[in-house]
Amino acid sequence: MTLKTFLLGACSALAFVATTASAETLTIATVNNGDMVRMQGLTSEFTKANPDIEVNWVTLEENVLRERVTTDIAANGGQYDIVTIGNYEVPIWAKQQWLLPLEGLGDKYDMDDLLPAIRGGLSVEGKLYAAPFYGESAMIMYRKDLFEKAGLKMPESPTWEFIADAAKKTTDRANDISGICLRGKAGWGENMAFVSALNNSFGGRWFDENWKPQFDQPEWKASLQFYADLMKEAGPQGASSNGFNENLTLFQQGKCGMWIDATVAASFVSNPKDSKVADKVGYAIFPSKEGVSNHGNWLWSWNLAVPASSKKAEAAQKFISWATSKEYTQLVASKEGWANVPPGTRTSLYNTEDYKKEAAFAAPTLAAMQAADITKPTVKPVPYTGGQFVAIPEFQALGTTVGQLFSAVIAGQSTVDDALAAAQATATRDMTRAGYIK
Amino acid sequence: MATQNTRTLARLMMAPSVVVLLIWMAVPLAMTLYYSFQNYNLLTPMNVSFAGFFNYQYFYTDPAFFQSIWNTLVLVLGVLAITVIGGTAIALLIDQPIFGQGIVRILVISPFFVMPPVAALIWKNMIMHPGYGVFADIAKFFGAQPVDWFAQYPLFSVIIIVAWQWLPFATLILLTALQSLDSEQKEAAEMDGANFFNRFIYLTIPHLSRAVTVVILIQTIFLLGIYAEILVTTNGGPGYASTNLTFLIYRTARLGYDVGGGAAGGIIAVVLANIVAIFLMRAVGKNLDK
Amino acid sequence: MARKVTTGARIGWSIAAWVVALLIFFPILYAVITSLKTEQEAIAGFSLIPSGTFENYVTVQTQRDYFKPFMNSVILSVGSTILALIIAIPSAWAMAFAPTKRTKDILMWMLSTKMMPSVAVLLPIFIIFRTFGLLDSRVGLTIMLTLINLPIVIWMLYTYFREIPGEILEAARMDGASLWKEIVYVLTPMAVPGIASTLLLNIILAWNEAFWTIQLTTTNAAPLTAFIASFSSPQGLFWAKLSAASTMAIAPILILGWFSQKQLVRGLTFGAVK
Repeated sequence: MTLKTFLLGACSALAFVATTASAETLTIATVNNGDMVRMQGLTSEFTKANPDIEVNWVTLEENVLRERVTTDIAANGGQYDIVTIGNYEVPIWAKQQWLLPLEGLGDKYDMDDLLPAIRGGLSVEGKLYAAPFYGESAMIMYRKDLFEKAGLKMPESPTWEFIADAAKKTTDRANDISGICLRGKAGWGENMAFVSALNNSFGGRWFDENWKPQFDQPEWKASLQFYADLMKEAGPQGASSNGFNENLTLFQQGKCGMWIDATVAASFVSNPKDSKVADKVGYAIFPSKEGVSNHGNWLWSWNLAVPASSKKAEAAQKFISWATSKEYTQLVASKEGWANVPPGTRTSLYNTEDYKKEAAFAAPTLAAMQAADITKPTVKPVPYTGGQFVAIPEFQALGTTVGQLFSAVIAGQSTVDDALAAAQATATRDMTRAGYIK
Repeated sequence: MATQNTRTLARLMMAPSVVVLLIWMAVPLAMTLYYSFQNYNLLTPMNVSFAGFFNYQYFYTDPAFFQSIWNTLVLVLGVLAITVIGGTAIALLIDQPIFGQGIVRILVISPFFVMPPVAALIWKNMIMHPGYGVFADIAKFFGAQPVDWFAQYPLFSVIIIVAWQWLPFATLILLTALQSLDSEQKEAAEMDGANFFNRFIYLTIPHLSRAVTVVILIQTIFLLGIYAEILVTTNGGPGYASTNLTFLIYRTARLGYDVGGGAAGGIIAVVLANIVAIFLMRAVGKNLDK
Repeated sequence: MARKVTTGARIGWSIAAWVVALLIFFPILYAVITSLKTEQEAIAGFSLIPSGTFENYVTVQTQRDYFKPFMNSVILSVGSTILALIIAIPSAWAMAFAPTKRTKDILMWMLSTKMMPSVAVLLPIFIIFRTFGLLDSRVGLTIMLTLINLPIVIWMLYTYFREIPGEILEAARMDGASLWKEIVYVLTPMAVPGIASTLLLNIILAWNEAFWTIQLTTTNAAPLTAFIASFSSPQGLFWAKLSAASTMAIAPILILGWFSQKQLVRGLTFGAVK
């Protein structure tokens, strides 16, 4: 009896045959950010217009998604028809011929409407390999009320010296208000995004023309010391575990005087539903150092691309064309309001009167994006592109290791000098292994 | 004849499991071994070449290597200490005649049913968060400065979370062992005038030693491979303070996409784990044979 | 209860036990409470009384369908457990009743197969899965989970079977019972509690496995662990929603565990009791 039951169980266990996808089912991998979740919700509008296409979503947290998608593409798994990747990956992957050039987006797509800086970062040899879904630079978000109380006025183009002073003046420990909130959580896309941009604006660079790491140079010493001192004097509790999201929460709760981070945050901090300070936020361009003309050159976009292994390239491009079109922007605006449309990809959006009226952050966002140049991110010449990252495959691991070292400084467990020496050693090691340093 | 038959039959019955596990062990191990001698980065698939022992050397000279081994040991021993001592204490407590014993037992074993990433997320965001966590709320209530757990005590925080997940397992096994302790023996000891403390030292502890051995053995195997909890909470930092060997391999293989280096790290981890295992077997095997 | 206990002592012990139990259970309880709060309440400071909104559950369900990953979790954990038992029962039986000098070594070797860090073998496994077309298939993942948990299953059954006194079998054999009858009429009834608790433990382990189930699936075979990964840290406030998703992911196994804890406990000795 028992055996029979087991055998039956075995048969049914073996009978779990995977349902194979029908010819026109697109599998789309995306991150769980708000704009993408919204896109997922609006998918029915697309399938209504294209009844022969079905869409399956794989929504994952950013880091898990990146691991999954990279493994799949590099090992030729062929599980995805559309992947969501950053402008960090696009040129690297395109050079490996892992992505299909997007040549079937249709006549109505108006490629020239894409912001030049964004489009440039997604093109290799003139061909577009990914379509931008939303884009961002970095800027200062600050509390106008706190500034007024402290008798401060945000200048047109603030310097770090001013920021440090303002941060100290707006810090109010008794009321749990920190003058400035900055990323401290270790990760190449977390603290290193900010620190790299900061270092750019101090005139520093990751590598010299011969790929020699520059952590032993005075610019890094100055910028890291500045960052560490600033966080100690005016940063929040637990700054070394704060990433974008943690700082967003702090700012929304009214616990930060300033926050320097991705421009996309503006729509969250100005949304009265989630933010207690929605009507008190001012915006300003990313600071620079006295005497250095560099504003960090932070530029990021989330993009949709078709892996070369996809067998449904035509349908996939149809979807991408829809999701990154002007019509999609209109659709979101009509359903959820202009403030919720994906920002930072098209010039036409910033010429839309309704958008400018409803989104106070539109003009500063555009200004920040136009100021960013990832092809020439630093004062001194560099062999790489990328502002808050270095667009080489090795950067993810290296950036994360250096990020750990720097977050230990913020946590008070390591000194600036020790962290820089360790960063120099590990970067030299990694770059030598990868064959950059001969 | 009969014994011969039985033996043949026994071999046949064991065959499927042995064959399956042999394949499961050998194939990935062989592939990993192969990759460990290759220069192979997933992101530059064009430049694959023979690397000799370079991957091993590279992994071994990683600035975080020795600290990661130390952290692995601290993590395993820390969790074992908490779960064995805490588990014994809780088992003794539940073994007492208490009201609602069933419900108490249910509550105590519940953490075992929680997925590791969920456990880490709950502890990180709702319990230990320096701004909004319950611990911070308690500290603020007493007018103290909230502790920033993951920055100040990163490895300890990870130990707490993992220990919370494994405490039920230890408690259950120890409780079962405790309940099997002959009540006649207990009564005899009581009659002899042994107090609670003496009974515990001379009767309970020797009786539990076998159960403790099992707890240590099974948990060690799982604890050596911990990395999801670290990934969710501290990302191995600050510095390398919470990087264990598995996390170091994760960083090499998954963040660096360094297949060769990750494979070499995997082989090193297997060798080290087996050294621990042999060590453990020596101690444990004796105890189990008793 | 053989021992006499004063009511006072009983109350004292009860209070202590309940305090400890509630402390251990607290993180789960707090996650459930948080799932019934609004996002604003969730970060507003300590409170055990939520406003009782079900909004988070609705949001979670509209963002990502719960039913399919739930079914996958059930299929994968039950399927892999049955498969593991089919392979493990004969093996454990043989080791327990016809032990040789090497039995112990074989057992230890089986356990040692769990020592390879999964992150290191991911790429080889991924390539094998791709080659056999097993990516994102329930068959592939069922096999995977079976292999992962097989050593523990064998170990558990072995230790349980070993406690069945050999004399009973000998007596049955003397009566001329065939091996088949020996298994069906003598062994099975005695082994059922051990098998039941092995089954339960393995279902729990398979349900909670969160590496391979995320790495090797996309949509068709993705279980609740992948469901959680899509809520773990999006932009904006997410703690209440995450709590709701977490509650949904752990509730089924928690309830199963609660109802079957007696069976679970009975066989969960790993030979710890002699």
